[in-house]
Order: sequence, then structure tokens, then C-alpha cells
Amino acid sequence: MPEPGELALAIDDLTVAYDQKPAIWDIDLEVPQGALMAIVGPNGAGKSTLIKAALNLIPRAAGSALFHGKPYEAARHLVGYVPQRGSVDWDFPTSVLDVVTMGLYGKLGWLRRPGRRERAKALAALEQVGLLDYAGRQISQLSGGQQQRTFLARALVQDAQIYFMDEPFAAVDATTEAAIVNILRELNKRGRTVLVVHHDLQTVPEYFDWLTLLNVEVVASGPTCRVFTLDNLQKTYGGRVTSLHGGQVLAAGG
Amino acid sequence: MAERRVWPMIVALLALGVLLLPLSQSLFGLRLTYTVRVVALGGSLLGALSGAVGCFAVLRRESLLGDALSHAALPGVAIGFLLAGRQLGALLVGAGIASWLGLRLVAAILRTTRIKQDAALGIVLVSFFAAGIALLTYIQSLPEASQAGLDSFIFGQAAAIIESDIALLGGVGLAVTLVLALLWKEFKLITFDADFASAGGLRGGLIDALLSTLIVVTIVLGLQLAGVILMVGMLIAPAIAARQWTHSLEQMVVLAAALGAFAGGSGAVISALDSDIPTGPMIIVVAFALVALSITLAPGRGVLWRQLRQRENRRNFRSRRLEPGA
Repeated sequence: MPEPGELALAIDDLTVAYDQKPAIWDIDLEVPQGALMAIVGPNGAGKSTLIKAALNLIPRAAGSALFHGKPYEAARHLVGYVPQRGSVDWDFPTSVLDVVTMGLYGKLGWLRRPGRRERAKALAALEQVGLLDYAGRQISQLSGGQQQRTFLARALVQDAQIYFMDEPFAAVDATTEAAIVNILRELNKRGRTVLVVHHDLQTVPEYFDWLTLLNVEVVASGPTCRVFTLDNLQKTYGGRVTSLHGGQVLAAGG
Repeated sequence: MAERRVWPMIVALLALGVLLLPLSQSLFGLRLTYTVRVVALGGSLLGALSGAVGCFAVLRRESLLGDALSHAALPGVAIGFLLAGRQLGALLVGAGIASWLGLRLVAAILRTTRIKQDAALGIVLVSFFAAGIALLTYIQSLPEASQAGLDSFIFGQAAAIIESDIALLGGVGLAVTLVLALLWKEFKLITFDADFASAGGLRGGLIDALLSTLIVVTIVLGLQLAGVILMVGMLIAPAIAARQWTHSLEQMVVLAAALGAFAGGSGAVISALDSDIPTGPMIIVVAFALVALSITLAPGRGVLWRQLRQRENRRNFRSRRLEPGA
């Protein structure tokens, strides 16, 4: 067991209920600093709910979450967030650069306005996701993948210690997927912790070194090489997963 | 993305608005009495205020919440009258409290029951409004209250605006502008992406409450002029029209304020021509004429513009297809 100080995220007994039925039940989760973790599970498993409850965006029925040992109120500046792309109105009257600059509002604090330094940071993040040429574009003109990269750039300027990304790979083009993977690795190299709600089982071992399998409860959590087994996946998906990459999964588990 | 055409538009609108008074004097024989000038000024101030604040209501998809909140104000007006008599301050405070209670009730219904938002808004709107009408009818039956003219709160009345109201409107307008300017980035972010605002270290709940308060204050100030039934039109029409012309929130808010000032001022003056024309409907007719014009003509988003572009595309496509054979 690592010391509490080494944990980027420690979730304890977290439960969320919509209409009496639990959406997530008694979640205990420990994520070490520097982990690049996928949260995987079937539809309705509570993956987004887990992230939102940890970040205090929805009310919890019970439980707590500590970020680098601190409760959320004291750790806001450590946290970066990439919501689902479909959660906002992309016809909102604003530009790509403006959306990315929003990532700096929290650090700016009340009353202060973004200035030249914030603009430079936002442009650097846009370059990182390959959208520098789109800085002045109205956001309604972006493709789905470009929207996703805009959100990613907005999270990058937050310069957080621990990132929560809600389905960044959902319905994006190959360019965007590659750009996201590059940035995940870059964040990982700099020692940041990243939690990603993910759907594509095929790419889990390739992209992530840490894995949590979720189906209302945590089925298994730990290093991908130990957790990503056919047995665990069948427990998570209720036996609907029969084989993955042939024997690769079994070999990894066995 | 700022559009260069928007600033001249704003100047032209304001100039046209100012010219309208002497113009109607010579064309329609409007007598530029002191009252008419006060009404025009009051209507413009209110239009500018509700135009600017309304942008946030529209972008947050809370147009119908605005409607429910303005209807919900009516019982507050009646109770204010019963407690303090016909003092504008008491009536507006009553309206504000009732409207705010309506807001809390909608939130409570959504939080504790499975009723959906449209139904929750419907419940609050009709129940508060019905209570308000019942109370007003009771007040009408009181001997000393028959001249109170509270029914002008239903459809609005320009003549109700007096000089002291201008000071109130101007003062509150200035305060609201100041709050908008100081908390601009907070309001923008909470409107675009509330979850990210909260996760990213802003006090989401507090900013949300502040913005809702601005909307309630605006509604309450407009009740006398526009009336509870149509006040929401002053809130949303300038915003909808302004959105067609620009892709920048800054420009949208300023343009909506200018459009609102134009509609509020000219609508109020037109209704002042004849005491039989209620002010609320007149302002809304002007405001939605501006909406119709904007939706039709605005470059980029306008219906006309899109049809022209579609025709051009089709022609280009056809000529390209013919080329190899030709």
C-alpha cells in the first residue's frame, strides 16, 4: 500500500443514487500519482457519474474523495477537467481561443481579466493540439474532433496535477485520436495523473498503464497488465466479452 | 469572433431612435410633451437593461424560466399593495420576493421530484399567476383601492412611468452594467459550460445565483412598463435578434442592449400616442419586428442569406458537373 501522500486520488465509500437506484455503489479507489488510467465499463456503469461525483458536480449519497490528500474544496487548483463534448452548446457565440482561455479563469480569480500572458498560454496549448490555425474561428464551425481538441487545450492550460477526461475518444477522427494519445503521454511523462473514461477495449493496453473496471461497483482496479483479463472483463460486462485480441488478454492475465 | 459591421449598426440604431421623436412629431402629430419624453427615456433604459441581461437568459436556454418568473411576480405586487398601499417600492419588493420564490420553487421541484423542467415551469407560472389574478380581483373590490391601477401590471402601462422611476432605472441599470463588466468572464463561463466552471475552481453556485438575481431584478423593474405577461419578450427578443448578427458574446450583449433600447423607447412612445394602446404589447411588437428582420436578413445566419448561398452552391455544382462533357 502506498502512503496516502503518494496517492493522486483516494475515493472512499463513494455512492450516488438517482431515484433510489444507485448509479455507483460504495466505490473505493486509489490512484497513484503519475498513473494514466482508463475507466472502463458498459453503458450505465456510472463512469461519468463517478467523475462528476468526485468533482462535486453532482450530490453524493455517501463517501469522500481526496485529491493529493486534500478534499476537493482545497484542491480545486490541482484538478483539470474535460467534460463530454456534447455537454455544451457549440453554437455559443465565442471563438476557439476564447474557449481555451476559459481554462485560466479559475487561476485568475475574481475580477481579473485575461491578458497577454493568458493569450500566449492559450495559443501554446492550441499549438500542442494542432489547432493553432483555428484560434480565431467561431466554435460552431469546428468538426467533432476539433471540438474535442479545443476542450483538451482548455484543460492543458489549467496546468493541473490530476486530469479527469470524460470520453475524449468518443466519435473522433484518427487525427484527433492520435493528438489525444500524444498529449496523454506527454502529461504522463511530466508526472501528471490522468483518468480517462474510455469505451474502446481494444486500445486499453496500448494507451493506459492503469485500469479501473466499473459496473456500478468497482470490479477491479490496478495496473493494466494485472487487471485487463478476460475473467475481469466478463465480470464487468456480464459475460458479453468472449475474446479480445485472441490470446493476448489471457496471456496478460495468466 | 467580432464582426466589423456590428458597431456601425449600433450607432445607426441609436441615431434612428433619437431621430424617431422629432420624426413622429412632424408625421403623426405626436406632441413632445414632458411625459412622452420621460416615457421614451424609461422605455429605452429598460430595453437596454433587459436586452443585455436577456442575452445570458437566452444562451442558458432559460427563456421560459424568465417567463415563469415574470408571471410569478404578480401575487407579490398584490401582497405588496395590501401591506403598504400604492408605493412603487413596496410593489417592486413584493414582486421581487415572489419572483425569487418562484425561482426557488422551480429548483426545488426539479431536485426533489421526477417532474421535468417544462412541467415545473408550467406549474410555477400558472399557480403564481392565478394567485396574483385572484388577489388583484379581491383588491379591485376594496372601496379605497379601485383607483390603484394595479391591473396595469398585467399588460404594462407607459403612463405609469414617472421621473423618479427614471432615476431608479438609471441607477439599477448602472449597477447591473457594473456587475456585468466586473464578472464578465465568470458569467461567460457559467453560461457556456457550468460544469467546467465549477470543476475549474470558480464558485459555480454563487455565480449562478448572481446571474439569476440580475435576471429577476431586470424582470421586476420592467413589470410596470411591459407587464407580467409580456416582460419575457423584452428579455429574449433583443438577444435573439442580436445573436443573428455576431459570433462574439461582447458584441451580442451591446447590440442586444441597443436593440432593446430602440424597441423599448419606440414601443413606449407609440403606445403613449393613444391611451388605449397597452405598452407591453406595443414594445413586443416592435421588438419582434426586429427579430423577424434579423432572422431574415442577417448575413451568415439569416434565412435569405442561406438561401442565396444554397442557390449559388447548386449553380457552381451544376456547372462543374457539366464541364467534362462540354
